[in-house]
Amino acid sequence: MLRLHYNLEKLSMGLVVAIIIVASIGGAVEIAPLFTIDETVEIPDDLRPHTPLELAGREIYLREGCYACHSQMVRHLADEIDRYGPYSLAAESAWDHPMLWGSKRTGPDIARLGGKYSDAWHVAHLIDPRAVVPASIMPAYPWLTATLDTKNLSAELATLARLGVPYGEALIANAARDALAQSRPESDGADGVRERYGEGVAVRAFDGDPARLTEMDALVAYLQSLGTLTAAARDTVGQEMGQ
Amino acid sequence: MIRGLSLPERQWALALSVALALLGLAMAAAARQGPMAVHGGMALALGLGLIFAVGGALYDGDAPADRAGRYYDDPTRFGIVMTLIWAVIGMGVGVWVAALLYWPEATPLWPWTSFGRLRPVHTTGVIFGFGGNALIATSFHVLQRTSRARLADALSPWVVLIGFNLFCAWAVTGYLMGSTQSKEYAEAEWYADLWLVVVWLIYFALYLRTLARRNEPHIYVANWYYLAFILVVAMLHIVNNLALPVSLAGTKSFTIWAGVQDAMVQWWYGHNAVAFFLTAGFLGMLYYFLPVRSGRPIWSYRLSIVSFWGIVFFYIWVGSHHLHYTALPYWVQTLGMTFSVMLLVPSWASAGNAIATLNGAWHKVRDDATLRFMFVAAVFYGLSTFEGSFLAIRPVNSLSHYTDWTVGHVHSGTLGWVAMIIFGAIYTLVPQYSGRAEMAWPRAVEWHFWLAVSGTLIYVVSLWNAGITQGLMWRAYDQNGALSYSFIDSVRAMAPYYLLRTLGGALFLGGAILCALNTRATMRAAPQGVVTGDHPLAPQPAE
Ligand code: HEC
Ligand code: HEM
Repeated sequence: MLRLHYNLEKLSMGLVVAIIIVASIGGAVEIAPLFTIDETVEIPDDLRPHTPLELAGREIYLREGCYACHSQMVRHLADEIDRYGPYSLAAESAWDHPMLWGSKRTGPDIARLGGKYSDAWHVAHLIDPRAVVPASIMPAYPWLTATLDTKNLSAELATLARLGVPYGEALIANAARDALAQSRPESDGADGVRERYGEGVAVRAFDGDPARLTEMDALVAYLQSLGTLTAAARDTVGQEMGQ
Repeated sequence: MIRGLSLPERQWALALSVALALLGLAMAAAARQGPMAVHGGMALALGLGLIFAVGGALYDGDAPADRAGRYYDDPTRFGIVMTLIWAVIGMGVGVWVAALLYWPEATPLWPWTSFGRLRPVHTTGVIFGFGGNALIATSFHVLQRTSRARLADALSPWVVLIGFNLFCAWAVTGYLMGSTQSKEYAEAEWYADLWLVVVWLIYFALYLRTLARRNEPHIYVANWYYLAFILVVAMLHIVNNLALPVSLAGTKSFTIWAGVQDAMVQWWYGHNAVAFFLTAGFLGMLYYFLPVRSGRPIWSYRLSIVSFWGIVFFYIWVGSHHLHYTALPYWVQTLGMTFSVMLLVPSWASAGNAIATLNGAWHKVRDDATLRFMFVAAVFYGLSTFEGSFLAIRPVNSLSHYTDWTVGHVHSGTLGWVAMIIFGAIYTLVPQYSGRAEMAWPRAVEWHFWLAVSGTLIYVVSLWNAGITQGLMWRAYDQNGALSYSFIDSVRAMAPYYLLRTLGGALFLGGAILCALNTRATMRAAPQGVVTGDHPLAPQPAE
């Protein structure tokens, strides 16, 4: 062995090839099986993709680095299930590019946030967290009252569709209109949103003002959608409890 | 710097600068607004600056006639300066974000000063800016000495260093403007990632071309580690960053990975960024500078072989220990845990090998703060790898994951190991390049050492307490079977630890600033171009 290595050290390309081979094995064994998504992750029938408004909110969530303090992954542990709700399933993030499981909980997990608070609570909390939770160390985001830019939404949906997220032609073509309509329950487009994304989609003026479509609308719509895209997790955990 | 180049090399440099300026112009014109346009503007400005610098000195006398007979250290010197600039920026932001967690009201109401945008500025600034520049700079030095050959050409080291720093600058300014892929340690957007691939290929080619010119039959162990760093980082970077841009004229892209696959790819990348960026490369540094500074050969050659291949093989498997109890398939978690524990063997073999090398030189460790930096680095390397293997065990991880214990662990590695070995290398190289026996302010090195050690200890110990407290509070139940604490109770309990961590970080930053000033004073006092006590270069035929 030592002799072999003694000779290997004289060959730079030999070292290069050896390093590549030795370093590839582990990754190949662990990652390759996950490629066959159909077998690893069973997509529930009721899973819906994010609406354009929620997607825009998700991008604000990325932009502001909320993921640095919040996880979206309830682990399979008793105290987490008691604190946050049903543990997360792989299927729930099957269409998430990228996933936002997170790695640090400076703030709580928010995988099951949807419906926990009112829209008004979120708006007040994002503008000044300490006005709502005095001991909070979350940053304030007063600039979220800016107008939402929707002009790239169609192109973004189309890109995601190419990566396998089920955004059909109608969804792509109507993306900007749907984003606006989801925040205007009285408008003509509101029915179109429900038609395309399901009756379960919340159609409201999330920031309280239907006249203006803001980044706040998008972010709150996204936060309220967390954990509501499929009932699979609730059903699975419910069944396990029942046994 | 330009005087070291020959006329044809200067002409090439000019052509490349023009190309860079044109690339920047094209990016800015295509994007018209947003981060990509700003980044195009930055490339344009850099390109123009280089055109003026190189153009102005195009006919300024020829390169020194005897340059083929000397090592080429100008790039390393530049790399050290960049290392220290990024150290002050990255750690300065680190101290600032640490303070924000104690004092959140301090955030000015400008979006770019918000915690979520600054945190990746810190991580990228220290890992890539500080760590990356140090690795590239020292690799050039070590490669030439251990091969007894001059770098294969005089231009590509500059392309590598300037290109790499442009990547770092694009990345951190992008986060400030809100452009991010959100993948930890790989937040930079698609065009910056592509740029880094090009830079990395040039780096790899330079490394191999120089090795091919070596005048030593064997490739010294430090170079195996640097090679593993270059190769595996390329592999990780490319696979993890595969993404589809929404438009070629815009910043936004979507990673091709989704959900559980994305999580696995991300932590395969994330943990091996720790392994091959923050460990393998720095072990290369350790294997060169520790023997040189202590004047003792590496204790065991056999052990260095075993630990090298052990590290290259085992590390790749361990990423899934970041995903215990999640939706990742159970068998993958178990593999990650098992290999993490096994990884302790090669890790301690390396740390032990380094410490055993100091046998017979302990009096030097006592007297020489520079060697002490390296010794402490080896000790912290051993401690953090032990802690890492421990944290990877599933039940331990159920307590520690998501808490500040992880952040404490990270910094015991990055402050105690990575930063210490870098400072040891800098304090070895700077006097040597400046033709002096020691730094301009030798006592400041001693001060720096104690600031660094006490800062690291305060940081790490306070976050152990923070993390364990958090973990225990989250899982505590009262007699009635209800959770004892609300989440905000645990937030409140963190305040003293966050304050202490900020203090520890400030001490560490103070040491780094001292190092930067000391380096400046030493380099300024240098008689140009004299390198004392160097390993002789093999005689070269005339160029
Ligand atoms: C510095 C870390 C930090 C960042 C960054 C951060 N948060 Fe928080 N977040 C917290 C903390 C701490 C709490 C708990 C105290 C509170 O409710 O304010 C919290 C609470 C929350 C809650 C309430 C969760 C619950 O179940 O009670 C929501 C919703 C939330 N954050 C959303 C966000 C969004 C959206 C962003 C990005 C725009 C964000 N956070 C950025 C730290 C952070
Ligand atoms: C001046 C000293 C430093 C201070 C004050 C500091 C502070 C911080 C803070 C506050 C965070 C965020 C933690 C959180 O989100 O709760 C962080 C994260 C991080 N820092 Fe530092 N840091 C310092 C030096 C370094 C150095 C030198 C490195 C690497 C070479 C480094 C690497 C990292 C990494 C990798 C993370 C992410 C940790 C994780 O996600 O778990 N830091 N640091």
